[in-house]
Amino acid sequence: MNKTTAVSKETRPASESAALVPPVDVIEDTGGITLYADLPGVPKERLSLHIDADTLTIEGELGLPLPEGIESTHAEVGLPRYRRSFTLSRELDADKVSASFDNGVLCLRIPKAEHALPRKIEVAVA
Amino acid sequence: MIYRSLFPRDFLSELDRLQNELRQSVDLSPSIRGFSRGGFPALNIGATAKSIEIYAFAPGVAPASIDVQLEKGVLTIAGERASALPAAETPATAHIDERFSGRFRRVVTLPDDIDANAVDARYRDGVLHISIQRQTATQPRRIAIQ
Repeated sequence: MNKTTAVSKETRPASESAALVPPVDVIEDTGGITLYADLPGVPKERLSLHIDADTLTIEGELGLPLPEGIESTHAEVGLPRYRRSFTLSRELDADKVSASFDNGVLCLRIPKAEHALPRKIEVAVA
Repeated sequence: MIYRSLFPRDFLSELDRLQNELRQSVDLSPSIRGFSRGGFPALNIGATAKSIEIYAFAPGVAPASIDVQLEKGVLTIAGERASALPAAETPATAHIDERFSGRFRRVVTLPDDIDANAVDARYRDGVLHISIQRQTATQPRRIAIQ
């Protein structure tokens, strides 16, 4: 199962701007995988989700309204961008991903493909 | 350390992180309120001539449940975030568990010139933005020459 959740190697050019890695929770149940990601400060229109072959990429840009003339005195969130990629495994159905984004928390539901759903095998007694 | 940068992509911020960790491990006398980084919610603090702006990155917390108190120049942000992880009896597995859950509390000492009656707090996109006005008497003023 490790392969499913391992952070994939980034395939984008290294010249692309640096980004923070958002913390995530990944939970698997019998019907599929649920992913929660913390992306505080990202408005809905600046969040982008990509599934390219078997790579899922979550990207978001901060959109905080900053008052004029502000000078930062202390910053723990030091970059204006989040990015993280995951490699999906074959039994997941990438076409049926559903997502919700509420109060800076992204919730992704990736169901398992029909053929991969667990089923009980009846044992016939001869 | 909740918002971490990947090593090869951003060398400088990774160095910054290592430096922070190193400093924490050798810092024999940290601030009385603990280390400044890696807590929840993450805080960004800025100042303008008229106000102090505090951004607390607290995604997934009901705005009504956040308790913000300002007392004697000390600002406290407290609350609780529910865990998304499955209960022990359900047949589900948590493969990655990085998000913060549980009670949180962060405390910030504010400068002396703030006006405790002019505080504005908004919660949007998972960020609590607290804006505290400075007292008008201490704001820079241009003095007209007669």
